[in-house]
Amino acid sequence: MAAHPAQDGPPPPDSGPPPSPASSSPTSSTVTLEVNGTSHRLTLDHRTTVLDALREHLDLTGTKKGCDHAQCGACTVLADGRRVNSCLLPAVAYDGVEITTVEGLAGGGAPHPLQRAFLDRDGLQCGYCTPGQLCSAVGAIAEAAEGHPSHVTPLSAPPGAPVPLSPDEIRERMSGNLCRCGAYVNIVAAIEDVTR
Amino acid sequence: MKEFAYARPADVDAAIAALSGRPDGAFLGGGTNLVDLMKLGVTAPALLVDVSRLPLTAIEERPDGGLTIGANVRNSDLAAHPAVRTRYPALSQAVLAGASGQIRNAATTAGNLLQRTRCLYFQDVGKPCNKRLPGSGCPARDGVHRDLAVLGHSPHCVATHPSDMAVALAALDAVVHLRGPDGGRTVPLTGFHRLPGEEPHRDTVIGPAELVTAVELPPAPAGPSAFRKARDRASYAFALASVAAALEVRDGVVREARLAFGGLAHKPWRARVAERALRGAPATEEEFARAVGSELAAAEPLRDNAFKVPLAHALAVRVLARLAGLPDHDAATGAGR
Repeated sequence: MAAHPAQDGPPPPDSGPPPSPASSSPTSSTVTLEVNGTSHRLTLDHRTTVLDALREHLDLTGTKKGCDHAQCGACTVLADGRRVNSCLLPAVAYDGVEITTVEGLAGGGAPHPLQRAFLDRDGLQCGYCTPGQLCSAVGAIAEAAEGHPSHVTPLSAPPGAPVPLSPDEIRERMSGNLCRCGAYVNIVAAIEDVTR
Repeated sequence: MKEFAYARPADVDAAIAALSGRPDGAFLGGGTNLVDLMKLGVTAPALLVDVSRLPLTAIEERPDGGLTIGANVRNSDLAAHPAVRTRYPALSQAVLAGASGQIRNAATTAGNLLQRTRCLYFQDVGKPCNKRLPGSGCPARDGVHRDLAVLGHSPHCVATHPSDMAVALAALDAVVHLRGPDGGRTVPLTGFHRLPGEEPHRDTVIGPAELVTAVELPPAPAGPSAFRKARDRASYAFALASVAAALEVRDGVVREARLAFGGLAHKPWRARVAERALRGAPATEEEFARAVGSELAAAEPLRDNAFKVPLAHALAVRVLARLAGLPDHDAATGAGR
């Protein structure tokens, strides 16, 4: 898979902001991208986003480029466990950050429970938005478990307590992921399945 | 996108030094607006000084009972913080009303304040725009301006500031902490953003190589506070109009009122005229309507955005009525929260 061989071992422990990555020219740098548990040492033009690094340099094409402007959510990945739009992240700024893509969700030869639920519920039609939907839902479920409120969370909800994911909560929390086939009803049902 | 150099200094002073004398450079925070604008060609910095890992990530109690919010506190962490949720609910609600879960995880407090307008002409390099290219003209004034300003605009620019968070901060009397080549200073949030006047390319009063290091919240207002936003869809859309308010009512009389509008102007619009009219007035819907109307009397709507004036008026009256504990029309009509 990898056109660029993985290197052994994580970068040194983080004590404060790490120094700038090594510059090989004024407009490119050599960085270490930690993707799905594997380190990749890459020399990248600074204009390269995490999305383009994944797709064009690491052949991890599960993460999709939709709008390329953080409006559609197809590029969603997890960075240090939090969902983000990879199309707007300069890869050089994510040197050493743990990235999880849709390829990294499954483990032990079995699909992630959420992947299973999307299959069971038919939570897709063309499938182009699905990797982003999956990564976003994994992030959203974790955020709710950590007590992060959303726009529709009742004001009376105790701060810090896990937020139950009602269909309204799921719809609001997933509003950064568009599905042009309109599989929303089944996407919400799939997410409900894994949070029950 | 134009090629650019990149630096990630280890502390605030080094970051300021790296950008000093480099008007062609920019600080990089979460990147959710800056990188987008670079892709669009709206801005083309030759140097990005990455401040996103500077240790400005704490939300700390202040001796006066307020909070200090580090510039790098992510929007999602700000909205979830127990002290913010319990003491400054308008701020938590405002942050959660903006953007998407993904964007709030990356976007920073400082970056939220410094985001640029979403005026379509500003974002389209094929069009003139006085904000992007001073002196080139403003096609929005006679063009597509449904989403744009009704208050405080100028012949040169009718853009709105897109932030929801800043509207709550304006109502809460927040203070912006800045550090630059000449040292530190503080600016009230209401004086941080500018009206366009003849210099619409200047969104804020920030100087060259000046870095937002924190936002200070004074002690919470005595009464409850709330934020409410009207938009074209239920989630993930910019405000057509928004309202942040805090209200203290005693014995049926308004003792203290804070009110700010978003989506109506080039800056968060602190409604001081309405606040003066509210203080000492009976806490009734009629008085709220009169006070808010006195503020919005200054509106100069454009051809296609006059609807914003009654929209903002209704939003503000509804929020004040709810804060005052008056009967809730929404519950009766089933209208949105």
